[in-house]
Amino acid sequence: MKSFTYERAQDIRQAVTSVAARPDARFISGGTNLLDLMKLEIEQPKHLVDISRLPLDQIDETPDGGLRVGAQVRNSDLAVDRRVRSRYPLLSQALLAGASGQLRNKATTGGNLLQRTRCYYFYDRNMPCNKREPGSGCSALQGFNRMHAVLGGSEACIAVHPSDMAVAMTALDARVETLAPDGRSRAIPIGELHRLPGTTPQVETSLQRGEMITAVILPPPPSGRQIYRKVRDRASYAFALVSVAGIVDAAGGRVRSVRVAMGGVAPKPWRSPEAEGVLTGEAATDRTFTAAAEAALQGALGHDHNAFKIALAKRTLRHTLADAAQG
Amino acid sequence: MTTDTPTTNVIGRPIDRVDGPLKVTGRATYAYEYAEGGKAAYGYILGAAITKGRIVAIDSSEAERSPGVLLVMTHRNAPPQADFGPPVTPAVPEVFTRARPVLAGDRVRYYDEPVAFVVAESFEAARAAAGLVRIRYKREDAPFDLRAGVENAYRPARANAGIPTDTAVGEFESAFAAAPVKLDASLTTPFEHHTPMEPHATLAVWSGDQLTLYTSAQTLANIQAGVANTLRIPPDRVRVVSRFIGGGFGSKLIAHPDAIFASLAARALNRPVKVALTRQQMFANAGHRATMLQRVRLGAGSDGRLAAIAHEVWSATARSEEFAEQTVAFTRSLYAAPNRITRHRLFPIDTHRGEWMRAPGEAPGMLASECAMDELAEKLDLDPIELRIRNEPDQDPERKVPFSTRNLVACMQEGAKRFGWEHRPAKPASRREGRTLIGYGMAAAIRGNYLGPSAARVSIDAKGQVTAQLDMTDIGTGTYTILTQIAAESLGVPMSRVRIELGDSRFPRTAGSGGSWGATSSGWALRNACDALKQKIADAVRASGTGSADDLASTVARIAPNGLSAEGTVTRGSEYQDYSQHGFGAHFAEVGVDCDTGEIRLRRMLGVFAAGRILNAKTARSQMIGGMVWGVGAALMEEGVMDPRFGHFVNHDLAEYHVAVNRDVPNVDAVFLDEHDDKANPFGAKGIGELGICGAAPAVANAVYNATGIRVRQFPITLDKLLPDLPVVSV
Repeated sequence: MKSFTYERAQDIRQAVTSVAARPDARFISGGTNLLDLMKLEIEQPKHLVDISRLPLDQIDETPDGGLRVGAQVRNSDLAVDRRVRSRYPLLSQALLAGASGQLRNKATTGGNLLQRTRCYYFYDRNMPCNKREPGSGCSALQGFNRMHAVLGGSEACIAVHPSDMAVAMTALDARVETLAPDGRSRAIPIGELHRLPGTTPQVETSLQRGEMITAVILPPPPSGRQIYRKVRDRASYAFALVSVAGIVDAAGGRVRSVRVAMGGVAPKPWRSPEAEGVLTGEAATDRTFTAAAEAALQGALGHDHNAFKIALAKRTLRHTLADAAQG
Repeated sequence: MTTDTPTTNVIGRPIDRVDGPLKVTGRATYAYEYAEGGKAAYGYILGAAITKGRIVAIDSSEAERSPGVLLVMTHRNAPPQADFGPPVTPAVPEVFTRARPVLAGDRVRYYDEPVAFVVAESFEAARAAAGLVRIRYKREDAPFDLRAGVENAYRPARANAGIPTDTAVGEFESAFAAAPVKLDASLTTPFEHHTPMEPHATLAVWSGDQLTLYTSAQTLANIQAGVANTLRIPPDRVRVVSRFIGGGFGSKLIAHPDAIFASLAARALNRPVKVALTRQQMFANAGHRATMLQRVRLGAGSDGRLAAIAHEVWSATARSEEFAEQTVAFTRSLYAAPNRITRHRLFPIDTHRGEWMRAPGEAPGMLASECAMDELAEKLDLDPIELRIRNEPDQDPERKVPFSTRNLVACMQEGAKRFGWEHRPAKPASRREGRTLIGYGMAAAIRGNYLGPSAARVSIDAKGQVTAQLDMTDIGTGTYTILTQIAAESLGVPMSRVRIELGDSRFPRTAGSGGSWGATSSGWALRNACDALKQKIADAVRASGTGSADDLASTVARIAPNGLSAEGTVTRGSEYQDYSQHGFGAHFAEVGVDCDTGEIRLRRMLGVFAAGRILNAKTARSQMIGGMVWGVGAALMEEGVMDPRFGHFVNHDLAEYHVAVNRDVPNVDAVFLDEHDDKANPFGAKGIGELGICGAAPAVANAVYNATGIRVRQFPITLDKLLPDLPVVSV
């Protein structure tokens, strides 16, 4: 870990200004990922701006019947919020499927969205990694890539985004509210927050330097049953091999509306308009769910150790959607 | 149950850990927490970025200028140390005591081998400076390929602990060829890592030419000798203190780089130095179980009686230091068959040495033998328990001596009854509850019982306070507690009057914690010490001509106001030649396999064990459950993945090297059958430390087969290995 200076932000605007002013500055809140990365010198900020005490820890009703989740709301608190549990059970399930109790007590909503990949090679400075050291090459492509992406990857990077929470929020059409250094606030559709690696895997989000996530806006929940299904190697404290966030309204046996997102398969939470398209308006049958699963994984590319994820994702999708359609 | 209990029949009771309150209140001091000898400096080890080759240039100038840095050590300025020596030591005990020099030259023998060492005023400063050491390497090829290794394997001179590599009885090949029912199964097991909670850590303090090491060790004498031999100083100038240990699992039997570096740097700086391996460094530098291929051939009559058994293993070993895990040795004692062979073979790779991990031998070996028995039972259309009963030997089938005790059949039968084995799905993949396929599996357990020479000292003062001292360690298993029970019962005093002092090399030498022999070896020595003390008291009473008082304290106060003390020792007797001594058990597991995803989850597990008299029903049960949990990990998740391009363990942290967590091990229970092994020791007890893991993994693996009808022969059994053969079930 390199030495760094530390500043406790007093207000939101000052925090943004502080980080924007220095290219080597970073926000820190729960620190559940950043501190690990600093210990391993994957991240080497010279200055940390602690935003954990900013007044962004409230969950508020929005006029349209949704929720505005402050960026500093802890994962544990968000998971057990009564409104979240009743209106967005998918989100609660996803949060509780992530990390461990201790980590969820520290991790925040904003930080969870911005956590970095768990690719083994990214975490080892002796290994080439385009994300850590652009141009050095991708060790995972020809290496051990069991956890890696089958969708959305590139020749430069096949790392996956590890968040469960973000997958649920993607299915919920969340918007990410930010404050930029110029004082402007914007609401980014969550699908546009994370970027695919392309040739620049080191650029992971559409945020500009110093731009801070202040809240996540959850629109009113769509109709239908919500299920978050996480498939992993052990029963707890493991990243998803594949996860599926499904919301299906199939009242009367026909799919009236559907949302499908996946985790563990791509460099970002992966919404599948293809699967949604196949399902919408169709009879809620095994055949339809199977076709949707096929559509969701159309174009998926397996590597030496992760090709199983394609079949696994299809099987998990099919069953989760069928389950959700049961109402 | 607390320590305010009677003074008789104390041994065996489920006494709470006497060190429990210290641990749960944070007052048990672990190695890295000691603050002896003044303000310590902190060391950080820099590991090699290549697997094999030479250091051609090393520039530590920037690191030396880094804030707070006191010392940067590389192979160019490292203090002289003894040579490491050949891959195989001439004598078996030297494996544990040999010099283990660090920074001994420009050669790199394995990935993450220490190539520099930085000491600074803080751990963070040392680690930051280590990142500034610039090293240029000349890489050499370090191929790693299990299949090629097997083809080019060699026969080592001996297996671990001097066990013979090969045995042969009768005519295996012809008997196997003639057998009406044959099974020939091969399987692979991966690299596995010990992953104790507490890392390898040492605080070294010099006082003149005396060195004290506060460290995390299972066996103090080995660390003392290993450090002394490395530094080329007499062992009596090294004191090792290890009072509390956060797990070892066989990875803390010998000196590791933390102890050597701390010793060297503390001497160079004339100030205490503490060093801990990071979690990541433990994967490459603190032992592992090597990956191996096993082949089991069973030839049986149609009645299920085995005519021929062959069990062979090809294991990876470090090129620089050989370690031949005794993977197939237990097969020599497990089932009857007139014709049999066992063989250990090795192939060298460029890693750190393998170490003695969680039941070396039986843990991986029983995966092969017990899965093979399960397969054979199916071929014969026999219940797996019945097959084992039909092959129960009446004496050790290779050594031809009696078993001291052997209650394997009773374990299986009792376990079957308690577990509800009769509800086992008769056909594989035949039971589904909702989306979950249900399967039952069982396996036998066997683990040798050993004794290591040990000594103990016990004293009593005029107030009746008893203090016992041994250099034994309590690695979290309950040693403090059982020794308290043994001393209390031997002397007839309440446990509250007994204080056990462990973990200091100044105390009488024991065999330490390892090989499941700690409790019986040190316990027997302590009992002999107590007997000697009682004799001394009786002699003094007789000499005083006054007779003894009602209680021991009053007697001692009268005859020896300054107290009395006595020593006791124990060495191995002829029982080991005359009898085959093992603990036995049977594991039963029920798993659920998700029919959509292939996720395997243990639903419940039971182990029934017969291992002599149990010294503490509570700590013993906990220990067995701990072993069973490791078995679940070995069956379903533990795997150190080596990237052959770099020679490193890719998943070298606890996020990606999966061990079982609480949710993976619901409803695990262990029970003991009443047993007394009068050949083993005066208590009638046997070592149990590792028995719990033996056979646990194959019970789970057999349950997976029973649930799915899919036999995975490449461990661990993860869902990706089931998926291709897992039928799609309609929703």
